[in-house]
Amino acid sequence: MNLNIFQSWNTRYQLISLAVLGVILMVALPLCLDIFRLNMVGKYLTYAFVAIGLVMVWGYGGVLSLGQGVFFGLGGYAMAMYLKLEASDPESTAIQSTPGIPDFMDWNQLTELPTFWLPFNSLPLTLIAVIVVPTLLAWMISFAMFKRRVGGVYFAIITQAVALILTVLIIGQQGYTGGVNGITDLKTLHGWDTRTDSAKLILYYLCVVLLLASILLCRWIQTSKLGTLLLAMRDKEERIRFSGYDVSSFKIFTFCLAAALSGIGGAMFTLQVGFMSPSFIGIVPSIEMVIYAAVGGRLSLVGAVYGTLLVNSGKTLFSETFPDIWLFLMAALFIGVTMAFPMGLAGLWDKYVTPCWKRWLQARRAPAPQVKAAPGAQAEVSRKVNVSSIHEEIPAGLGA
Amino acid sequence: MTPSDIFNITLMQGFAGLSLFAVLLLMGLGLAIIFGQMGVINMAHGEFMTIGAYTVYLGSVLTAEYAPEFMPYYFPFAIVAAFFFAFIAGWLIEWGLIRFLYQRPLDTLLATWGVSLAIQQIFRTCVGPKEVSPTLPDWLLGSWAPSEGLDIPINGIFVLSLTILVTLGVVLALYRSRWGLRVRATVSNRVMANATGIDTKKTDRLTFAIGCGIAGIAGAAFTTIGSTGPTSGQLYIVDAFLVVTFGGTASLMGTVVSAFGIAQTQSISEFFLAGSMAKVLTLSVIVLILMIRPQGLFASKVRH
Amino acid sequence: MSNTDFTLAIEDLSVSFDGFKAIDALTLYVDKNELRVIIGPNGAGKTTLLDLICGKTRASGGSIKFKNTELLGMAEYRRVRLGIGRKFQTPSIYENLSVFKNLEVSFPRGRSVFGALAFECDQSVSARIREVAEEIGLEDKLDTEAGLLSHGQKQWLEIGMLLMQNPELLMLDEPIAGMSAKERELTAELLERICKNRSVIVIEHDMDFVKRIAHKVTVMHQGKILAEGSMEQVQNHPKVIDVYLGH
Repeated sequence: MNLNIFQSWNTRYQLISLAVLGVILMVALPLCLDIFRLNMVGKYLTYAFVAIGLVMVWGYGGVLSLGQGVFFGLGGYAMAMYLKLEASDPESTAIQSTPGIPDFMDWNQLTELPTFWLPFNSLPLTLIAVIVVPTLLAWMISFAMFKRRVGGVYFAIITQAVALILTVLIIGQQGYTGGVNGITDLKTLHGWDTRTDSAKLILYYLCVVLLLASILLCRWIQTSKLGTLLLAMRDKEERIRFSGYDVSSFKIFTFCLAAALSGIGGAMFTLQVGFMSPSFIGIVPSIEMVIYAAVGGRLSLVGAVYGTLLVNSGKTLFSETFPDIWLFLMAALFIGVTMAFPMGLAGLWDKYVTPCWKRWLQARRAPAPQVKAAPGAQAEVSRKVNVSSIHEEIPAGLGA
Repeated sequence: MTPSDIFNITLMQGFAGLSLFAVLLLMGLGLAIIFGQMGVINMAHGEFMTIGAYTVYLGSVLTAEYAPEFMPYYFPFAIVAAFFFAFIAGWLIEWGLIRFLYQRPLDTLLATWGVSLAIQQIFRTCVGPKEVSPTLPDWLLGSWAPSEGLDIPINGIFVLSLTILVTLGVVLALYRSRWGLRVRATVSNRVMANATGIDTKKTDRLTFAIGCGIAGIAGAAFTTIGSTGPTSGQLYIVDAFLVVTFGGTASLMGTVVSAFGIAQTQSISEFFLAGSMAKVLTLSVIVLILMIRPQGLFASKVRH
Repeated sequence: MSNTDFTLAIEDLSVSFDGFKAIDALTLYVDKNELRVIIGPNGAGKTTLLDLICGKTRASGGSIKFKNTELLGMAEYRRVRLGIGRKFQTPSIYENLSVFKNLEVSFPRGRSVFGALAFECDQSVSARIREVAEEIGLEDKLDTEAGLLSHGQKQWLEIGMLLMQNPELLMLDEPIAGMSAKERELTAELLERICKNRSVIVIEHDMDFVKRIAHKVTVMHQGKILAEGSMEQVQNHPKVIDVYLGH
């Protein structure tokens, strides 16, 4: 049956693109870059967790969140709190008036570790918190909003407000959070020094493996009935509701998934960069994360990773050399990606590269019928391209 | 503290809140017109406010340089100029960008965020990253003491009167003028409005530009309570959006009430809490209320 | 207010929008295996009535009982799971998905989040999809993207999506709008077949079509029921003639 051939071809195509990404991240980049640059790529890749979460929520779910930095930050802070407690053992903080608590607490005249810091003495609890805390907050926000059918613009504004609230709160409560400087001077993870070159290499690989696993997980969700439902819902929400589905539960699930992924990204950020601060949480970084997904193509998981890498490399390159131009370029990205390339890099790839590749495949095994059937399989990836190609295959008169 | 002290402090704190109320309301009015009537999410709205603020600053610098004897009178003219500069900028941006993005609210959000980044960088390049304040005329700086222990700043009274004037102007324009009729017709049925000879494209452009112009006036009002930097507008954008959504997007009355409520909550709680915690408290309360009542305070039931 | 044998019992139902009474103290019963057609001039409240039954609009008062279960206050998806299917006025299908996927999405299994993750399109599902596709005459279009179907085929596909759920009450809002004469005939036959073991409510303007399919006709006007009975009775009812011709 044709449909299955579409799907298997599509799945293979997806797997190949994921394998290519894997090779680039795991072999090519480590061979080409020194450890400083590789660590930087690792930092960018932590944003890619947020970007693939946005592909699920925004691209598939049709819900734009402007507060993904919140979840990234919560995961990052959870990890940072653990590392900070480990770095603040009584010997190394002996000069403080209260030894054994983080330095910024001591500066702010705290004499005791606040209760909400206590769980972060334990590594297992911290790892759980990295995922559970962002997910829980995401669940509370999305449950309240989606059950009441709030979506679109309102959801974007509310998530943005949450990002603002959390930033102001963290900056304001200096004694408990480290304030505007964030949590710094992180040294070891369960006794293992994370600042050495070899540790950075290991953390880089850990980050890549987790990212690829996350992409596989999201891809699996996309190919399940849930993925179809999300796409169908974005198009005809009422129809899905009146087919007996609780629309809000699917949106809540996707939003929580994106939050959990962002939390993992945040924790990996803290581990690789060695600090966490409110500057990664607020409105500006949160909306910047949207552009990573948009540049990559809001429907493509692999594209989101390339988009993240591209925008961040550009940011580093330009803000090192021409900081004035960077904001203009960023502005151009926001405008260009909405006006000219709504499907981002993945869209351009599908429009210009995929057809060539297909022609080449077709020429190689000319009589194989499944290649001719392939365009339909691209439904999720690129609609524009395949609608026109399907039109050519439909006998005249039926399309009317 | 005696009860009369507490009364005076509450009153003065409440009056301080009125300045914030004025800025929020003027920002919110512009947004309410653009968002409520056209469905466009203008993330660059704060930058139009900054344009207005810089215009007043420019007016003050130029007056001090070339016509120092004119200093006491320049401010009203600067307000008018602030409106027009922001109006022209809005007109250009609608023409160059927004008109391609109607019916795609989330995309207007991203695109106008890009615009806001670009305008900020222009400010940074042309005016400089430092915050500036215009020299305000002397008559704005004094305060009025109707009774012992009660000081009410004149600039607050001025800004408040300006806000009331603009709000009345907007209400009149929207409900009494030809433009208002065209806007309301376009909002309720674009195709029909087109068919009856309304140039909906022109109406859109004018509406967007007027919304931006009002943000320019907000910027002029802003100069009386704070100094202006390239990112000043961005600090208010979330508050302004909350004002509009909290009030109920289709209701100007809602915008007024919610701007008042938000400004007063923040200002009065600022007296009891640190500034940042007052902001956290205010925003959290609004977000919680919006989660329970997403349609805002004033919303009409519409058959759909 | 008592328990009844009716599939659907609507009693004293009202809804108003800003003071305008769209449905005004309406009472209506639909029998098992009945095909009921609701007609009436524009703005009579026909679509609003369907909206109230399926939960798209909230009632301000009254009662809607489906198989003696009160529907008011129940979430939409729960009403669907009880066995109520609703077709919208304009065909509401997933244009970017294939006909097969459209039907598969409507299959009543894997309706929870984790159910959907675990859902597999096994033999029984695809057999059911084929069966329904045959019923609606789209068996050779299963791989076609739904957006490329003709208008009439889209209407059938939506009916097919409802049939996948095997509902006991099927509500169709103008199912033959925009159809050719031949397609209308096929639709009439389809409706006759599918109302064998379920109740069907149809809103329609085309009187010939109504005559062809209706067991019983209800005429609505200004949110109220004006007349009820066979097509002939209704056509000769003086109030109905007045409403349709008088103004």
